[in-house]
Amino acid sequence: MRHTIAALVEDKPGVLARVAGLFRRRGFNIESLAVGVTEKEGISRMTIVVSGDDRTIEQVTKQLNKLIDVVKVSDVSENSVERELALIKVSASPQNRAEIIEIANIFRARIVDVARDSMIIEVTGDEDKIGAFIDLMRQYGIKEVARTGKIAMQRGSKSLE
Amino acid sequence: MRGADAIVRALELEGVKHIFGIPGGAIIEVYDALFDSGIRHILTRHEQAAVHAADGYARATGRVGVAFATSGPGATNTVTGIATAYMDSSPVVVMTGQVARSLIGNDAFQEADITGITMPVTKHNYLVTDENEIPKIVREAFHIAGTGRPGPVLIDLPKDVTTAEIEFDYPDRLNLPGYKPKYSGHPRQIKRAAELIMKAERPVILAGGGVILSDATEELTKLAETIPAYVATSLMGKGAIPETHPLSLGFVGMHGARYANYAVQESDLIIAVGIRFSDRTTGRVSDFAPDAKIIHIDIDPAEIGKNVGVDIPIVGDAKLILRELIKHINHRKRKEWESRVEGWRKKYPLRFRDDGRLKPQYIIQKIWELQPDAIVTTEVGQNQMWAAQYFRVNRPRQFITSGGLGTMGFGFPAAVGAKTAFPEREVVDIAGDGSFLMNIQELATCVDFGINVKVMVLNNMFLGMVRQWQELFYDERYSATCLKCKEMSFEKIAEGFGAVGMTVEKPSEVEDALKEAFEIDAPVVIDFRVDRLENVYPMVPAGAALHEIIDEEV
Ligand SMILES: Cc1ncc(C[n+]2csc(CCOP(=O)(O)OP(=O)(O)O)c2C)c(N)n1
Ligand SMILES: [Mg+2]
Repeated sequence: MRHTIAALVEDKPGVLARVAGLFRRRGFNIESLAVGVTEKEGISRMTIVVSGDDRTIEQVTKQLNKLIDVVKVSDVSENSVERELALIKVSASPQNRAEIIEIANIFRARIVDVARDSMIIEVTGDEDKIGAFIDLMRQYGIKEVARTGKIAMQRGSKSLE
Repeated sequence: MRGADAIVRALELEGVKHIFGIPGGAIIEVYDALFDSGIRHILTRHEQAAVHAADGYARATGRVGVAFATSGPGATNTVTGIATAYMDSSPVVVMTGQVARSLIGNDAFQEADITGITMPVTKHNYLVTDENEIPKIVREAFHIAGTGRPGPVLIDLPKDVTTAEIEFDYPDRLNLPGYKPKYSGHPRQIKRAAELIMKAERPVILAGGGVILSDATEELTKLAETIPAYVATSLMGKGAIPETHPLSLGFVGMHGARYANYAVQESDLIIAVGIRFSDRTTGRVSDFAPDAKIIHIDIDPAEIGKNVGVDIPIVGDAKLILRELIKHINHRKRKEWESRVEGWRKKYPLRFRDDGRLKPQYIIQKIWELQPDAIVTTEVGQNQMWAAQYFRVNRPRQFITSGGLGTMGFGFPAAVGAKTAFPEREVVDIAGDGSFLMNIQELATCVDFGINVKVMVLNNMFLGMVRQWQELFYDERYSATCLKCKEMSFEKIAEGFGAVGMTVEKPSEVEDALKEAFEIDAPVVIDFRVDRLENVYPMVPAGAALHEIIDEEV
């Protein structure tokens, strides 16, 4: 089972190494990791997608909580908005450019750069949507993909603290 | 004042009386500041030994032990000591020198990324990047090391941080939003645990090192007497109840007594306190106490359910929880269970063959008879297991051993630490010849500082425990375990350091030699030439269940 864990961490040097080291050392499997600042100064948010059975996930949460720089850990797998962002550089000739733009529009993706024989498309959404979009782009020739890790936030008025 | 002065001032404010360490270029400024301080510095002869000594000091006193080392090789030498303290949850603060901030990352002379290296073996560590944070970091380090589930904390001090001028202001409040150990147990869980205990017919308390760390031995003994329940401990839990107490079964596990292992396996309720169910304690975990429900009390929530499934978890401090738990328990004799356990105890006592040769077990028995109140440290291997079996500990913090990491070379410097804390008490290192060699240079420290520990080398001229495994499971193919070296004499080595050495070859000489050693006001090493092929029994083979314990004919 895959779980999405959100951790609020103190924004200190080494905190990423601590978290990554913990996962490696205990044999937990990180599928994706995203880090960014939060509304609070000095606090960053890590979103970690990890796979494992319930016992593993329980250990992940508890071991993360033991790190001194980790302030709060929460499993946000259920009832949450999940997003990833991808930049896709796709081959585009004058002949198929319009077709690509049309597909991009359906996915509410944006063209962010156009060159003579390629363009960069920015798409956000959950993993399935991005996967589907990338699949559709394959026929035109994908030159490069850059994808962020997943970020997630639980629905409703409650916040993580 | 200088950063270095701030460090020493902060240590004084933390109540530090002793520091173990070795100086060097990167930490020279701190040593300069230490020169004017009332803190006593014990110059060990190896940084690993400095950390073990600080660890032994911490285990003997319950206070945070402190070690210093310089950058690079000094710092990397501390790693085994830190890992040893980490595995046994011992509160130690290690301060290392580091190259100046501007040089970090340049592979400067004697630069080592010690915070990176020790991340997996510290409870927390710091690289000080702002000299003004020194007081705050020292304060936090001592707090983190000594509270909750204790553990080692390392502070890495770039040289220019120690020379910089700062305004000293010791914070009286801590700001650690990510560190809030939970102390009091959940009242409902405690009630549920009590109900389970009242219903149990064959309850056994399993006590670990956490009982000693939380100073809960009185409460634990009281709980045992109230129920009543037998108490088995892990190796780290020795001292959780006096081992001469009628309810004590000694330690359980790979080399625990048969009656202890049988009692655990046959129990219908395990009350586990401050114990982490290591493989050495549980045997094959799928067959551990198959009929038992498990109550698990521990301050570290991550230990709950890590190795065995638990029916009632209670997170918090053992002392506080046991105090509450006892209130809900009524005394109820369990006659049938008692007679079964006492039957095992009678039928399967710890024993060894008396064939006229010098037996290591006999030596430990004699040490115990002569000095039952001594602080005992051990090395690792057969010596450690015999010490655990035959030295019956009567109070907490009396038995100091590397349980989790199993570090050869730990016992002697740990004894140095314990003796530094309690100079008036007898401190004995029960050693193996292989282990003693790993930190034998500390004899110089002992002589230098008048640290009169007594080292009892059970000299089988083997890496005995490994040899035992080779004998039993590898067709007696003694690959690289023989340490026989004809000319070597621990007596002469001791004398070479300026300590007192003795050699004992016959059982009849043991008692007199021990008495003499305990009279002498100097560090003493006794080289006991023991029966070389003696094995540790009983034994649960690796991968077997606790009840599949094997014994020898005597
Ligand atoms: C630092 C270290 N290296 C290797 C080992 C593996 N090991 C465990 S017991 C042992 C033999 C110890 O020999 P000795 O100190 O003579 O004790 P004995 O078993 O003979 O009593 C060894 C090599 C260890 N525990 N620690
Ligand atoms: Mg030996």
